[in-house]
Amino acid sequence: MALVLTEEQEMLRDSARGFLDEKAPVSALRKLRDTNDENGFSRDLWKEMAEMGWAGILVDEEHGGADFGFVGAGVIAEEMGRTLTASPFLSTSILAATALTKIGADAQKQEHLPKIAAGASLFALAVDEGRKHGPSKVAMSAEKSGNGFKLSGDKTFVADGHVADHIIVAARTAGAAGEKAGLTLFLVDAKAKGVSAERTIMVDSRNAARLKFDNVEATGDDILGEVDGGYEALEGVLNAGRAGLAAEMSGSAQQAFTMTIDYLKERKQFGSEIGSFQALQHRAAHLYSEIELMKSAVLKSLQDLDAHYGMAGIICSLAKAKAGEVAKLASQEAVQMHGGIGMTDEYDIGFYMKRIRVAQEMFGDSAFHADRLAQMRGY
Amino acid sequence: MSDLETFRKETRAWLEENCPKEMRDGAGGEENICWGGTEWTFQSEAQKIWLNRMAEKGWTVPHWPKEYGGGGLSKEEVKILKGEMRDMKARSPLESFGIWMLGPALLKYGTHEQKLHFLPPITRGEIRWCQGYSEPNAGSDLASLQCKCEDKGDHWLVNGQKIWTSYADESDWIFVLVRTDPQATKHNGISFILVDMRAEGVSTKPIKLISGKSPFCETFFDDVVVPKEHAPGVNAVVGDLNRGWDVAKYLLTHEREMISAGGGGLLGGRGLGEVAANEIGLEDGKLSDPMLRAKIAQAEIDGWSFLLTLERMKDEAKAGQGVGANSSMLKYYGTEFNKRRFELMMDSGGSEALEWEGERTKEGKLARGWLRTKANSIEGGTSEVQLNIIAKRILDLPGV
Repeated sequence: MALVLTEEQEMLRDSARGFLDEKAPVSALRKLRDTNDENGFSRDLWKEMAEMGWAGILVDEEHGGADFGFVGAGVIAEEMGRTLTASPFLSTSILAATALTKIGADAQKQEHLPKIAAGASLFALAVDEGRKHGPSKVAMSAEKSGNGFKLSGDKTFVADGHVADHIIVAARTAGAAGEKAGLTLFLVDAKAKGVSAERTIMVDSRNAARLKFDNVEATGDDILGEVDGGYEALEGVLNAGRAGLAAEMSGSAQQAFTMTIDYLKERKQFGSEIGSFQALQHRAAHLYSEIELMKSAVLKSLQDLDAHYGMAGIICSLAKAKAGEVAKLASQEAVQMHGGIGMTDEYDIGFYMKRIRVAQEMFGDSAFHADRLAQMRGY
Repeated sequence: MSDLETFRKETRAWLEENCPKEMRDGAGGEENICWGGTEWTFQSEAQKIWLNRMAEKGWTVPHWPKEYGGGGLSKEEVKILKGEMRDMKARSPLESFGIWMLGPALLKYGTHEQKLHFLPPITRGEIRWCQGYSEPNAGSDLASLQCKCEDKGDHWLVNGQKIWTSYADESDWIFVLVRTDPQATKHNGISFILVDMRAEGVSTKPIKLISGKSPFCETFFDDVVVPKEHAPGVNAVVGDLNRGWDVAKYLLTHEREMISAGGGGLLGGRGLGEVAANEIGLEDGKLSDPMLRAKIAQAEIDGWSFLLTLERMKDEAKAGQGVGANSSMLKYYGTEFNKRRFELMMDSGGSEALEWEGERTKEGKLARGWLRTKANSIEGGTSEVQLNIIAKRILDLPGV
């Protein structure tokens, strides 16, 4: 497959860009932050996105979706990264849609996928319990109780955890923290007895939450996939999320870079545009090169998820590691090259630095994925 | 079956029948390349057979037009051919500066007569070319070159010196940048001229590098008479007189693409991690040196991303066109990466990699290769020049 977007995917990108520039520019995120919006995103805008087919971009047509594949989802994530659009896209439309599509039982698909596509229900994926990502580190217990299970434990860094209607949660039905075997995924109603959420306002002004599960009852119908065998399934879902975040970071990095290049052409010091100084030119040219590499890795990861989902783990780690590093560099260079104005809250560039920092931490930072890649490569 | 699938099937069958077993070892590296030329001694009968068979098909340069000795294949067909060759680990039948550099320049700027005269011998590996660009006082600032070329009516008279002329001592012909108008501004008085190395007054002297090898030469021109036409209707000057800089720039783009693609090719075969695992060992499945392991993982991430970028840029380029100014990006990143890669291999190799002579290290093969890579970011335009080009031509940043 050629490593380029198809015509259809390009059209999707163009329409997403036009829509987001108009409806959800950075000023929209700024407003959500400044008004302490209780949702952290606009429900009206999410409705509109759903009408455009974005909410169900990964949902098949049988369940009311657009079935555009991971490249399509990545195209939208990238455009949202450009405008720093706050939306439930990652949690609901990438993570939950992937989980349900890949491992959901027919009844679960019937119940949830059409609502996801319609933008009518929101999901969150709860995995991590400590500061650093690590799906095998899950300790939360799912104890057998009658015909079902009782879930107890804490989850952290759960995107959209405070607004979700349903939570996909990883818990231990066997084994001990650190082991891959013994994990099970549950699909829990967020309003179920014993579930409580503390919204955590993060540095990027986006949504996350700490969740508490206190003897939350789950039946056999609430199990997503196989008992004790949830690790592989979870990795697949996480890979989709990692590629989605990499695409988002790619969009953010490209936009921060564009703003920086524009600034280099207009800002004058010592009687010339600062972009004429070789010290800055070389740094900008190096960053351009890194951004091109990041774009290639990101696109390849999305294509591989579409072409052979089960084998895309290593390439998703490549994309997440590369995008994390490059986007971080892009945001740092952006602030430095903007000088004093780059440090002001009034100017938008700081929002990019903040969001990139969060996106690069989520589901494994660059070091996590470099280590994972090395393991997969046998060293 | 689509036309391309048919082509793939036929190509595979043809390669299977015609590629000698000895040429299917996937051997890369400068020492295994077949360069061709009148001075060339084939390393084996198989190398000769392989070249001749491929040349007959026009597949030494599959994308060139048939009438000039190429294969006349489309971009997609070339991709298939290369893929099939890679799959059977077939060696490249022929590499040369004629293929990489002069050919593309002639195809774009040459007359029909020049193409007919010069291209077919390149495709058959009969004539080997070298490049006369840099001068002792014109390196990164190439356009300040001074090699003099005077119009003497029925011939040109060339006087001057070139440096870093790769393999000049083994080449038959040289394409040279010369100053034909000393009065014009520096970019406007340069011409691109083709000179027979056997002409009286042309001499070469190898330059020994820090790697101990001498791929480069100095080439001297003392009152060298170059006929205006090498054959009836075949001009010695390529493109318009005094417009040689256009040809030079175009050719440099190809040189950069070649260098960056070569850097990419080197990534094939065993990965850095695998090499290091063999040399320093694993503990609990991880390289026993955790700091080196982290650096290698980072390098593999960058190297892999770079290979994907080469692929993407080729896919993005319209059929028959190159990657344009992005060749500077690829050249910059590929050569810097290659240096980094060899540094890491030297780190893995430890003291043993430092042995300069002797059978154990194949006469210091890695150490010599490591030193050779230091030239990658200098030859064909330094990394700093590439960054300048990216800043100016891609990012459109203002000049000083």
